[in-house]
Amino acid sequence: MKTQRIWRALAGGIVAASTLTVPAAAAEPTPREVIARAARRVVKIYGAGGLSGLEGYQSGILVSPDGRIITVASTVLDSDEIDCVLDDGRRFGAKLVGIDPRRELAMLQIDAADLPAFAVVPEEAPALPGTRILALSNMFGVAVGDERVTAQRGVVAARIPLEARRGAAEAPFRGNVYVLDCTTNNPGSPGGAVIDARGRLIGMLGKELRSTDSGIWLNYALPANELVAGSEAILTGKVATTTDADTPRFEPRLLGAVLVPDLLDRTPPFVESVDPASPAARAGLRPDDLVIAVGPRSVATRTAVEQALGSLAPGDPVKITVIRAGALVEIDLGPRPRGTTP
Amino acid sequence: MTFVMTFSLFMPLDTTRAMRSCCFMPARWSPCAVLLIATLGARPGMAIDVDPVVLEAEARRVAAIERASAAAVAIFAGDSGGGSGVLISPDGYALTNFHVVEPAGVAMTCGLSDGHLYEAVLVGLDPTGDVALVKLLGRDEFPFAVLADSDAVEQGDWCFAAGNPFLLATDLVPSISAGIVSGTHRYQFPAGTILEYADCIQVDAAINPGNSGGGLFDAAGRIIGVNGRASFEKRGRVNVGAGDAISSNQLRNFLGCLKGGKLCDHATLGATVATAVDARVVVSDILESSDAWRQGLRIDDEIVSLAGRAVRTVNAFKNVLGTLPAGWQVPIVYRRSGRREETLVRLAGVHTQSELAAIVGRGAEPPNPPGDDGKPKERGPGLARKPDRARELPEAVRAVYEDRPGFTNYYFNLVERDRVSRGIAAARGTAGKGPWVLEGTLEEGGDFRIEVADSVAVIDLPTGTSELDTTGELDANPVPPGSGGMLAALVVWRRLVNDGAAAVGRTAYLGTAPIDPRHIDPSGGDLVDVLETAVDGIEAHVRVDARGQVVGIDLWTSPEADPCELRITPAKVGDANDLPQRLDVWRGSERFGTFVIADGSLGGGAP
Repeated sequence: MKTQRIWRALAGGIVAASTLTVPAAAAEPTPREVIARAARRVVKIYGAGGLSGLEGYQSGILVSPDGRIITVASTVLDSDEIDCVLDDGRRFGAKLVGIDPRRELAMLQIDAADLPAFAVVPEEAPALPGTRILALSNMFGVAVGDERVTAQRGVVAARIPLEARRGAAEAPFRGNVYVLDCTTNNPGSPGGAVIDARGRLIGMLGKELRSTDSGIWLNYALPANELVAGSEAILTGKVATTTDADTPRFEPRLLGAVLVPDLLDRTPPFVESVDPASPAARAGLRPDDLVIAVGPRSVATRTAVEQALGSLAPGDPVKITVIRAGALVEIDLGPRPRGTTP
Repeated sequence: MTFVMTFSLFMPLDTTRAMRSCCFMPARWSPCAVLLIATLGARPGMAIDVDPVVLEAEARRVAAIERASAAAVAIFAGDSGGGSGVLISPDGYALTNFHVVEPAGVAMTCGLSDGHLYEAVLVGLDPTGDVALVKLLGRDEFPFAVLADSDAVEQGDWCFAAGNPFLLATDLVPSISAGIVSGTHRYQFPAGTILEYADCIQVDAAINPGNSGGGLFDAAGRIIGVNGRASFEKRGRVNVGAGDAISSNQLRNFLGCLKGGKLCDHATLGATVATAVDARVVVSDILESSDAWRQGLRIDDEIVSLAGRAVRTVNAFKNVLGTLPAGWQVPIVYRRSGRREETLVRLAGVHTQSELAAIVGRGAEPPNPPGDDGKPKERGPGLARKPDRARELPEAVRAVYEDRPGFTNYYFNLVERDRVSRGIAAARGTAGKGPWVLEGTLEEGGDFRIEVADSVAVIDLPTGTSELDTTGELDANPVPPGSGGMLAALVVWRRLVNDGAAAVGRTAYLGTAPIDPRHIDPSGGDLVDVLETAVDGIEAHVRVDARGQVVGIDLWTSPEADPCELRITPAKVGDANDLPQRLDVWRGSERFGTFVIADGSLGGGAP
């Protein structure tokens, strides 16, 4: 209750501040000015990752002067040590405040004060297709220390429900997103800020997803309304625990890998045995290997392995990482066959 | 004058919005909207007044793109594909990427937007920076674009690329892709190659395969960079929203070396740096053979600035170094136990010449200058002598190509050397060839007199008189003592002025360098030509300004020792007396003397 009041007061204050600037319509800021102002409100986030195809970095948006940051909920945050580097180069350890799994929105807190921050307020009206935007993110991780994050220009192409997948897994969120004509779908971009020509936050760059229909990488952003709702949900502890789509599972046995029996809640995914003449045997998987990642996703349990495999489309390459005798070994199991287990 | 444009009645609502907001934002956000208006406005119907500011912005953009298109070059490297280039001067010099011309070798075919094909010859290479200079042949005046100051470029600036993506320009008219500057001063690690992209400009204008080597232009159609690299991994070989251009300021630093037909190298400090726990950038390792060590830099010193640019991160350090050619002398500021120190350091090359030669596929070759006997050592297979190319050089190219170890195209070194030599001769005018006499006072106290004649050079100083026999080796006697060879430097100067570069030992064109290493202009406004001379046991680098005045000589009597650095302040323009105003002589970090010239003669009147 208390946090909600703080959040509202904060948002209200920023609304008041930003309203004051509206009458100055004639003095439109230049892109240089808009970017320089907004870039100070975008942070570089470093966390778990670093394996092939799994980046250990993304972007985040400062939403309060006392160090609250919103970003995308991803494997990067699966770490005890999440670092946020501000535009001025200062580095802070961040605490995970909470996650809204449906929106894949996460909130972090760093111990700082008097920071420049975006106002996260409901949109007066949704941005129409054709609205020019700027996207600010640390794509490809090119900016380090006090270097400015990347700025890209584009337009809103559509505001439509997200129909997207990661591998074969449906994205959990089915609400409206902004589809952007702007090549933002890159490593490091998730969590970046999408602003309008005046520098107002209208959305947050989403995860790397592909369109369900076309398989094309989607450049999209979660609209400000969802950022407001998701942030409130996290701060009040009222996050929806179910997602819009449940992940189908895939039995690794179909690749020739027999995992230890799933007896516990969190059975570690050790390989029990390997079927001879199977893809797993050919690829060199061995009993006692511990599976720690499927493609870019880290997996801690048998269930997670089955879900990660299930998220791949039939024919997608299956690359897993195992720990063997204390060393990381990458194993290519070839294309994923059809077939799921209920 | 009010322009009236027409709009389709089917124009969707948001286009009206776009147009309106575009009127609020002249010359800033207008590009998309202007294009939208231009494309949608073709149908007769409702007439709308368009703000003249918008039309002016459109006209400016059209003009900039026209200028850039005229300067854009489509480069064809035979079966191996091709890429783009950009003309930078009316005599046909064009910049491109090393990786674009590499498969073509010495000769290539280039197309311009006028629809004509031109033969072109390779002039110079900078393999580390992924830059090549070529020269288009067969026309007196080429269209060109000017190099802008890339340090003035900021994030958010409008920019565009003109080039030949996917080799689509079959009619030789370049493709234009517009965008904004996404980031400046980016450092990109060498990705599996030696191609290091330092201090580059990141853009969201679509950079696709084939755009390589083409110009990146600002809103005025000036070159701010050469498009070089993009991350293509994720989507196959197409634009991912991030392209990297080599900055025009880096290109300008290397242009002299490239024009000299050389195989250019990048600079190293001879020291590595790391970020300390408190975020300072400190020296983590240093070669004791480096000039930086000799000038006093040590492990754990904090680097404050290099070449006049602040160093706050390791990337910033690499950015500065990556834009500098090997051999330049630049100021470095460092801090040790709270004390700020400043000195000049001479930067070494990242590679040996034989390493560079190996990189460009010429096999191991001897460094420049050639062997002790003055003749080139055994030759490796030159680009022109690659079996598949040897006999195929077009005649126009053969006339402007000379293979020589250590050079990409020695022909152009002679062109540049002789140009500088002619400039020196023109500045000398009708002066006679008699002895040179310079008299005046030392700022350190006392008077001096210098006389340089054909067989002997003498200097009188308050500390004594020194003499140099100039008929023998000049390195035997570096006098006056402590100067490192000031008299020898004066001898080299006089010989160059009197006899011309071709007649003085082995003299080659080295490239350009800042006129005063102590005060470097990062935008390259202060670059002067440098000749490299090896004669009678000494080596000298001679700086010559645009008026043909010799303004500096660095002279080595031994490669291991600090050179004598002679800085010459020439006579003021229009001064009846053509005597230099003053000479400053340095050795390493020590000033030897400051000679204020009051009287004398540089060879007397016409002989």
